[in-house]
Amino acid sequence: MATQVPFVRAQRPKKQREVSAFPDRGGRAAGWWLYLIPGLALLTFVVLIPLVWNVYLSFTEYRGIRPPEWIGLENWVKLIGDEEFWASFRNTIAMIVAMVIVPTVLGLLIAAVLFDIVGRKFGGRTASFLRATYYLPQILPVAVAGIVIGWILRPQNGALNEILGYVGLGDLAHNWLGSPDTALLSIMVVLIWVQLGYPVVIFMAALQRVDPELYEAAELDGAGWWQRFRAITVGMIRPEIFVVTLTCTIAALKVFGPIYVLTRGGPGTSTLVPSYYAYSEFFQSQQVGYGATIATALTILIGIVAVFFLRAQSAAERADREGL
Amino acid sequence: MTTSTPALTVPAATEGTANRPAPRQNKRNKPTGVDILVLVLTIVGAIAIAFPFLLILINSFKSPADYNSTGPLSFPGSLYLDGIVNFWERVNFPEKLWNSIWISGTVAVFAVVISVLNAFAIGIGRIRGNTWVVLAFLLANLLPQEALLYPLYNMFKAVGLYNNPWSVVIIFTVIQSAFGTYLLASVFGTFPKEVLEAAALDGASRWTTLWRVIVPISRPTLSVLLIFFFIWTWNEFLIPLTFLVDNSTQTVPVAISVLQGDRLMDVTTTSASALLGVIPTLIFFLIFQRTLTRGITAGAVK
Repeated sequence: MATQVPFVRAQRPKKQREVSAFPDRGGRAAGWWLYLIPGLALLTFVVLIPLVWNVYLSFTEYRGIRPPEWIGLENWVKLIGDEEFWASFRNTIAMIVAMVIVPTVLGLLIAAVLFDIVGRKFGGRTASFLRATYYLPQILPVAVAGIVIGWILRPQNGALNEILGYVGLGDLAHNWLGSPDTALLSIMVVLIWVQLGYPVVIFMAALQRVDPELYEAAELDGAGWWQRFRAITVGMIRPEIFVVTLTCTIAALKVFGPIYVLTRGGPGTSTLVPSYYAYSEFFQSQQVGYGATIATALTILIGIVAVFFLRAQSAAERADREGL
Repeated sequence: MTTSTPALTVPAATEGTANRPAPRQNKRNKPTGVDILVLVLTIVGAIAIAFPFLLILINSFKSPADYNSTGPLSFPGSLYLDGIVNFWERVNFPEKLWNSIWISGTVAVFAVVISVLNAFAIGIGRIRGNTWVVLAFLLANLLPQEALLYPLYNMFKAVGLYNNPWSVVIIFTVIQSAFGTYLLASVFGTFPKEVLEAAALDGASRWTTLWRVIVPISRPTLSVLLIFFFIWTWNEFLIPLTFLVDNSTQTVPVAISVLQGDRLMDVTTTSASALLGVIPTLIFFLIFQRTLTRGITAGAVK
């Protein structure tokens, strides 16, 4: 919240109509739309038309060969009663924990510590080397990650079970991805590993625009590290925190690659997620209509989450501007 | 190269510090016990993160027999390169590498340009309903990719771009620029007003201001975006797998995943394929690491 910034600014009385930040006199408001033409044109072809198409397919019976046949709400009714669909949504909550909550909180702490303690006391090189290491899993193609992780976690002579054997914990050896009780947890650990570097890099880039004098002033005022972290770090890089939480939440809702390469949703439905479910209906069961229904439902959910985030964000930004 | 990194979104919150004596840090270079503990913890974390990469490295140079007798954790008994050579020749690696490089590179550049144009109108121009426009662009990111596959497959087939790498370039330019538009619109939204006013006072047009003022000042953010876009596109695999059916148009991750079902792949060749799959992005990342780094050092030196 803006109120955590310890320097109180004069409040402007009334909210104004949003106007361009670029005060050219000759320019017309409509002119700004010219800049959106290439972006919007591409968007229309690659996203908007397929989106509408997909919504249409969700009202049809379509197996990919004969033309789609209109069946009204049948798919949607089936969806509401579909146990597998709800199971996949329950797993999505686990994905949000593993891809949003843990990485953002941990990433914030790591970024602050690397920037503020490691960077200042042990040199920027050490800090950037560590940051690069945390970022490594992010540059790993998911196809490759699937090979490596599957191989570490596999039951016979997988690296993890071997390590447990070495340190005398051989009893804990397990078919990590193959048994219903550990599959989801294993996937979550993998996703945290993959995801962590992203907030670390974004937050450290954001910290560069925080004025070091702010920290020094706070230090003089007797603020401890934790207080400075909460009041300055978190307050100043709030735009990036929004960006990271939103993009990670979206990624968690539509996570597909890691599930596809590691478990294919199994065993049973223990790691099934909506987008994998949609994919399997599209391409394995050839139930294109029903697959489109799942995908559309997922899109609607993601859309609602995004609108919620964006409104919160623009409210915060406006509050910031008015506070200036 | 400018070494000072201009602040992008600094709210004028420094009044409070103006009349304080500037404290010079003489204590800065004396790490306390807690600092050292923090350093050790971050290093331990980094080792845990890097562990799977070390495994790939060790096992790519082992013979299958060596692997079977000593397991995944030991160092190779002798240097064995056949795994790497096998994979290299089986997939015609240079060709796959080139496909991946030009596709990812083109997408990264196109997507940054589109993001800048969009964000300029949204963040600086503050067009009406800008939240909704951002949301429209974000749709590209919101939609699960599986939902796009069927329609896009049909559309690209109709215009004759199916099995053509440009189809993948177009799709990912849109998907990546969605994120770029969102991030840059937010960054441009807090662009220092004084700078824009100065440019307007000098009679600069919008177009000139964008390329001569805003883009240079935002370069750190733009470089980060460029790096992200390149790596993200490189790593994509569902859409390339679907759209690039010809062996000669495949990207590195697609080639690797296609080979996975292959019975002839022994475990060390698999590891070698993983190694060759990571190295290119790793090199790219290390080259551009400086761009990401500049921020940290600037903050620490100031």
